[in-house]
Amino acid sequence: MSGPAKTTRAGGGPPEGQGTDYSGLALNLVGLVAGIAIWWALTAGGAVGLPPPPQVAVRFADVIASGQLFTDIASSLARVLTGFLLGVILAIPVGFVMGWYKVARSLIEPYLQFFRMIPPLAIIPLAIVTMGINETPKIFVIFLASFLASVVATYQGVISVDKTMINAARVLGARDLTIFLRVIIPASTPFILVGVRIGLGSAWATLVAAELIAAQSGLGFRMQQAQLYYDLPTIFVSLITIGILGLAMDRILLVIERRLTVWQERV
Amino acid sequence: MASKPTPKIVFDHVTRRFDLSDNSFIALDRLSLDIADGEFVTVVGPSGCGKSTALNIAAGLLKPSEGTVLVDGKAVEGPGPERGMIFQQYALFPWLTVRQNVEFGLRIKGEEAARRRQIAERFIELVGLSDFADALPKTLSGGMKQRCAIARAYAVDPSILLMDEPFGALDALTRVQLQDQLLDTWSRERRTVMFITHDVDEAVYLANRVIVMAARPGRLKEIIDVPLPYPRTEEIRLSADFMTIRNRVWQAVYHQ
Ligand SMILES: Nc1ncnc2c1ncn2[C@@H]1O[C@H](COP(=O)(O)OP(=O)(O)O)[C@@H](O)[C@H]1O
Ligand SMILES: [Mg+2]
Repeated sequence: MSGPAKTTRAGGGPPEGQGTDYSGLALNLVGLVAGIAIWWALTAGGAVGLPPPPQVAVRFADVIASGQLFTDIASSLARVLTGFLLGVILAIPVGFVMGWYKVARSLIEPYLQFFRMIPPLAIIPLAIVTMGINETPKIFVIFLASFLASVVATYQGVISVDKTMINAARVLGARDLTIFLRVIIPASTPFILVGVRIGLGSAWATLVAAELIAAQSGLGFRMQQAQLYYDLPTIFVSLITIGILGLAMDRILLVIERRLTVWQERV
Repeated sequence: MASKPTPKIVFDHVTRRFDLSDNSFIALDRLSLDIADGEFVTVVGPSGCGKSTALNIAAGLLKPSEGTVLVDGKAVEGPGPERGMIFQQYALFPWLTVRQNVEFGLRIKGEEAARRRQIAERFIELVGLSDFADALPKTLSGGMKQRCAIARAYAVDPSILLMDEPFGALDALTRVQLQDQLLDTWSRERRTVMFITHDVDEAVYLANRVIVMAARPGRLKEIIDVPLPYPRTEEIRLSADFMTIRNRVWQAVYHQ
């Protein structure tokens, strides 16, 4: 599914040049149809043991009609967005403080590197024991994943701001606060946005694991339920929904990113 | 005769050391130099002889290890609006348009919007970028970027311009154009200019005096007067007098 991203990237250049690439889009569509056709062909005889597309489509219709899909989407989305937003909102100031003050960097960085090495899944037992089995541990795990991903990007953005640009601001009369607000923040925006996107990816990646913690609804929870009953179409429905939602959110962030960084020289 | 007027910039035994892991390294060794008000001096010397170090100390971006720099008789403590600076790599703010870049210093000064715009307009026109006032830096050529940086520096009305190889990254033709533009503005407004270059021709063409520096340790080697009249023209650039001075500077720089 990385087709559209690649075509716009390669087309790159000026922001006006980002207009929809119809031939690329047509090819994406062809690829999609071909993929479904292959899936159908492989599963039609029941040989692979996977459900063919019509069966999944019917299940989609069922869970849409019963409203179950929307309940699951709402629960999962609420968890992902809450964890993700909290993570990013905390990561940006922490990243700035780390980039701006050497002392803060030296104090915080060991923890950051350490926790980055622990997969979010491994935090779950601890989260359950200390936070119980309500929403808090699920959101916490997602929060941690997106926080760790974006904090590193933010602080790397801050430390890579061109020194000469800071000097230019200084000789024009800027003091620390002005330099921070008018130079450091805009100059590191591209890095921060990359971090935010990585953070979102991590948040989604952690979702299913988080919903292992005694959930009542959610796309990940639904999949585990389905697994118990060997209900493959429902597993497919959940997987496809998670993929589509993740992709849609990533695309939205990509558009925001491009809007906010049109000034960047892209090579 | 009355006492001599105070020089605009005084380097008084300015030394700068950099501490390396194993030892301390002298980048600038007891530089003493007076620059008169309204004077145009160029500084040439081999790479690493402390040109940028001296300029950054005058700008207030770097502290001397010993000695002081005086501007208008007062010791430099940090950057100040009376000292504008132009960098080789332009150092424009890429997220701001040409106009917003030029207004940056005015905004910090607290000028109100209408006045900011008016001042910016004037300097954008002066450097010939009126048609690009709302363009982002990424759409400009190197020469246009540097003209924008010059307008940005002029806008806060500094009495001193500190320029660190400002035209070093430009092609020969653009460079000559910008040299002439710079001299044109200078002869009207008489800012004091300290201009670093590694191009001997450029150094002679622009300056009242050429400061030649030597490396290891970075120090003043020789000061060469350029008694050629302004406006400097193509004719002067090709004259025998120019050649003579140029050769003297060349000797001073390369036969150390
Ligand atoms: N921040 C720094 N730390 C260590 N050494 C430096 C630093 N800045 C400059 N130097 C050294 O000081 C010397 C003079 O540098 P500089 O003033 O930039 O020379 P120039 O501009 O004449 O090429 C060089 O040898 C350079 O490597
Ligand atoms: Mg230099």
